Amino acid sequence: MDELKTTRLREFMRGAATELPMMLGVVPFGLIFGVAVNAAMMPAIPAQATSSIIFAGASQMIFARLFGEGAPLFTIVLTAAIINLRHVLYSASIAPFLKPFSRKWKFLLAYLLTDEAYAIAISHMETLPPNAPLLRWHKQWYVFGAGFTLWLGWQISTAVGIFIGGQIPPSWSLDFSLPLTFIAIVVPALRDRAGIAAAAAAGICAVAAAAMPLKLGLVTATLLGIAIGMLVEARFGAVKMEKAS
Amino acid sequence: MWAAIVVIGALTFTYRWSFIILFERLNVPPWLRGALRFVPIAALTAIITPELVLHGGSLDLSLSNTRMIAGVVATIVALWTRNVLATIAIGMAALWALNAFLK
Repeated sequence: MDELKTTRLREFMRGAATELPMMLGVVPFGLIFGVAVNAAMMPAIPAQATSSIIFAGASQMIFARLFGEGAPLFTIVLTAAIINLRHVLYSASIAPFLKPFSRKWKFLLAYLLTDEAYAIAISHMETLPPNAPLLRWHKQWYVFGAGFTLWLGWQISTAVGIFIGGQIPPSWSLDFSLPLTFIAIVVPALRDRAGIAAAAAAGICAVAAAAMPLKLGLVTATLLGIAIGMLVEARFGAVKMEKAS
Repeated sequence: MWAAIVVIGALTFTYRWSFIILFERLNVPPWLRGALRFVPIAALTAIITPELVLHGGSLDLSLSNTRMIAGVVATIVALWTRNVLATIAIGMAALWALNAFLK
């Protein structure tokens, strides 16, 4: 194998390997999506199609729940549109790092931009030096490795979940794997006062605003968290413990 | 139902694609770059906390709320080990153990 292919493969494998531990949380959540689909009496084919066409777990979960409750399609679309709004922020956050890559790559990596893949990709990109030659280092393959691993895990686990969903007892609390996965992502990212303030504000606001119609509480809490984080950073400065050079 | 799936899918893709394409030509202003640093922290915490402290729509901060306790355990493990696998595994085990003993 020539050097180019080796580099690409190495980046892909590194991305995939970093993503792999997330599977411990993602697979149970895929299974529990299957439980929700069965409870909602949603047919298997469209249910699995949400995994490949929408490919965003939390909104798929709400889709199944609202479908089961007989909610109008308009309500389902609007709710999913709001829950998934955070992906706009992920897009903005990862955009500077994807700038050097071709349109085709951007298209593919945008499709694969889920919570878990984004978390792995952004924390890797942030460890690289500011002017790193991302194109020459084939970093798109790292992001692809992480994204593809998650994609494959999600497609398989939701398919299995839809198939056996009726037999998973609720007492297993598999849905708890979603907040656990996010705790595993967020907590190590809390490195300074501003970050902790952003998390605290968003967390408290999300609980207080949970009763807001159409799940708007999630977006409100996220924006408030970002604002508080910026305020604290402006007031106290960024006390980053990393990259002290 | 298919229409809803396709519309949500197209919308979600557009979200994910939007700024990746927009910032192709534009440079991200430094203040925005600063703000975006808080995105994953704020968005994910906003999903986590209601899952831990809301029970059937109402606030439950009592010690019998096993999800909250297991969430705290997972947070401590994450702080201590910074390990994804350990955080999820111990958090889940904590919830099962608490449910077995307290319910």
